Amino acid sequence: MIPRPYRISRVHRETADTFTLELTPVQEDGTFSFAPGQFNMLYVFGVGEIPISISGDPGNPGTLVHTTRVVGTVTRAMRKLKRGDVIGVRGPFGRHWPVTEAEGNDVVIVAGGIGLAPLRPALFHILSRREKYGKVVLLYGARTPEDILYRNQLSRWRAQFDLEVYVTVDRATGGWRGSVGVVTTLIPRAPFDPLNTVAMVCGPEVMMRFSALELQKRGVGPDNIFLSMERNMKCAVGFCGHCQFGPTFLCKDGPVFPYRRVKDLLTIWEL
Amino acid sequence: METLERILAEHPFFAGLDARHIQLIVGCAANVRFDAGQFIFREGEEANEFYVIRHGKVALEIFVPGRGPVTIQTLGEGEILGWSWLIPPYHWHFNARAVELTRAIALDGRCLRVKCEDDHDLGYELLKRFAHIVEQRLQATRLQLLDVYGVHS
Ligand SMILES: Cc1cc2nc3c(=O)[nH]c(=O)nc-3n(C[C@H](O)[C@H](O)[C@H](O)COP(=O)(O)OP(=O)(O)OC[C@H]3O[C@@H](n4cnc5c(N)ncnc54)[C@H](O)[C@@H]3O)c2cc1C
Ligand code: FES
Repeated sequence: MIPRPYRISRVHRETADTFTLELTPVQEDGTFSFAPGQFNMLYVFGVGEIPISISGDPGNPGTLVHTTRVVGTVTRAMRKLKRGDVIGVRGPFGRHWPVTEAEGNDVVIVAGGIGLAPLRPALFHILSRREKYGKVVLLYGARTPEDILYRNQLSRWRAQFDLEVYVTVDRATGGWRGSVGVVTTLIPRAPFDPLNTVAMVCGPEVMMRFSALELQKRGVGPDNIFLSMERNMKCAVGFCGHCQFGPTFLCKDGPVFPYRRVKDLLTIWEL
Repeated sequence: METLERILAEHPFFAGLDARHIQLIVGCAANVRFDAGQFIFREGEEANEFYVIRHGKVALEIFVPGRGPVTIQTLGEGEILGWSWLIPPYHWHFNARAVELTRAIALDGRCLRVKCEDDHDLGYELLKRFAHIVEQRLQATRLQLLDVYGVHS
């Protein structure tokens, strides 16, 4: 699969180390549709290609939205790109969040740090079909108040009557008057019915591991907890074996998995 | 009217306690309120009570020389504040400060310690419940130290 050229139509700086790119196709080549939780391979020409989740609204696939945190070579080069620059896009790849299966249930979304980006399309999807779900709760943890992603969106969501939003930070700075503590501390008191809940969890692996344990303590079954395993990938289509774990390819069988399936993987660091 | 007895009997923390033990605990309970910014207790002071938070938010802080008070966790509705009253030498390890108007039920630790000595069944039940609170605080602190949202993780 050859990367298709996309032009950057907007660059938005989210925090000190994360930014959002909006992309539109250079050639009109049919519409791009994706399911919440899927990712694209983004190619910064001459630098390299990396997997990044789609963080926009699946109801508006005309513009592709990706939020990226700067960690290394490719993400550093990507941050330097400007409006009008062109990058390559392959995708969408991977399994999506169980948004349809969750219909009729309460939904708890647990996001840590940049993990809110891959979950945002699930929230867009659910909110555009709000009547199909029970309670919808977003629990979001960030390192400090300055690291909170999508601030404006979070305050709009918080003002909504049919969505419960709880945000907590590890370290309070400045005039922060909200909650302090890691995101797992929000789980015991969040308003949902554990026996009738689908949980979607995304963040660094330690955070997902402890969130899954806490959700189970509340009574959510391991088959109703879904995680996104965002480990290093290369081809994204199950060819190169880069992301293989036994019979499982994280790229094509995932990145979204039921907790039971990847439980053991969460204590193995590198593949 | 919501009586203290009913509130405590229905609180998950006291679930499963005998009615007799609930009665003993209610005998040491009082309603309290704290205004935003008010200290509930301070590090190093004698710890002679604990609180069942009914409404509001409380910050647990430690004092870091050169940086001032650092909040390490906030507690809210339904949560239990304070375990040092049960474990000698009965001194607070943190500051607790109301972040907003907070209403709570205060339980007199001195009164409860005497009752626990008299009735070891009550003592054991409370110890089991507080061991769980201590474990929760330890776990939360541990996760914060791990820096779970950091780039390296
Ligand atoms: C399915 C999937 C979806 C993803 N979605 C997003 C997203 O929406 N936003 C986002 O910012 N990132 C996302 N990532 C992570 C992103 O792909 C990596 O951060 C990126 O590949 C790093 O590339 P680099 O060249 O900048 O860093 P490198 O120079 O390759 O690495 C720098 C450092 O980052 C670490 N690193 C590299 N890849 C990962 C990874 N996948 N997870 C954790 N640490 C890594 C390396 O171990 C190294 O310490 C996703 C990853 C996958 C597999
Ligand atoms: S990335 Fe190549 S097999 Fe998964």
